[in-house]
Amino acid sequence: MKEHGPGNVGYIAVWAALVVLTAATVAVSYVHLGMMNIVVALLIASVKASLVALFFMHLRRESRLVWGFALTPVFFLVLIIAGTLSDTLFR
Amino acid sequence: MSGEVTHKEAAMTGHEPHMDPATAREAATLGIWTFLATEVLLFGGLFTAYVIFRIKYPRMFYEDHLMLDRVLGAVNTIVLIGSSLTVALGISAIRKGKVRLLRMYLSFTILLAATFLGIKYLEYTEKFSHGLSPGTDIFFSLYFMLTGLHGIHVLAGMVVLGAVLYLAGKGKYSESYHTPVEISGLYWHFVDLVWIYLFPLLYLVG
Repeated sequence: MKEHGPGNVGYIAVWAALVVLTAATVAVSYVHLGMMNIVVALLIASVKASLVALFFMHLRRESRLVWGFALTPVFFLVLIIAGTLSDTLFR
Repeated sequence: MSGEVTHKEAAMTGHEPHMDPATAREAATLGIWTFLATEVLLFGGLFTAYVIFRIKYPRMFYEDHLMLDRVLGAVNTIVLIGSSLTVALGISAIRKGKVRLLRMYLSFTILLAATFLGIKYLEYTEKFSHGLSPGTDIFFSLYFMLTGLHGIHVLAGMVVLGAVLYLAGKGKYSESYHTPVEISGLYWHFVDLVWIYLFPLLYLVG
């Protein structure tokens, strides 16, 4: 096997970061920041999702083709949400 | 090298295998990512509904989300993140040809998945006992649909990982051939990934 993952120590470090970020997002949820609450929550969730995709799903070491396959649905998801909002928001 | 599989294929079709192992592995990887793309859009429809109705009924979402137990939600997040780690460590083990270690990590993963569903069951029971159901209002409708659909994925993941565990016990995987382990692992990480968004959206900021 020529490609090696981040190694077990790397995996455990990623896991620890995910646990810390989970604790952080729960802690922040008890503080009232108004609209900023959802922004912070989504930001932390996206950092966590990126860690999972890059390291656990080893996207970091994948080819451009696999990156294309992984990012295309994200693009369509944004398109669907934006497209639907452009209708429902301006009725 | 998937000796057995390709030989079986060759026997069935009467042709020599026309894919070398590296190409087969690449095809399998693209296959699972394509499947995951359809999964993103399956959940995407519900996420879109969430965004629309959250904007339309901010008060309902705010008041209802306080009725969810964010401690249990957080515990379940930790459980699922832990199960992602055990899958990753299992794959790392089989890459070095350690079958016993792979089986141990897979068993542990399935146990964590069962824990997740157990906690989910407690939450559902508690909600129902307070008269909160999918028919209560739009927030709970989305809550039950999203977590229910996700729960079905957890269950499916347990079946898939269980099958891999069984096949690993039969000696199907080795240092040189373990594509099904990697592919199932990718699916499991995706299930974790969906929950990473569900948890804050439902429990924390409603």
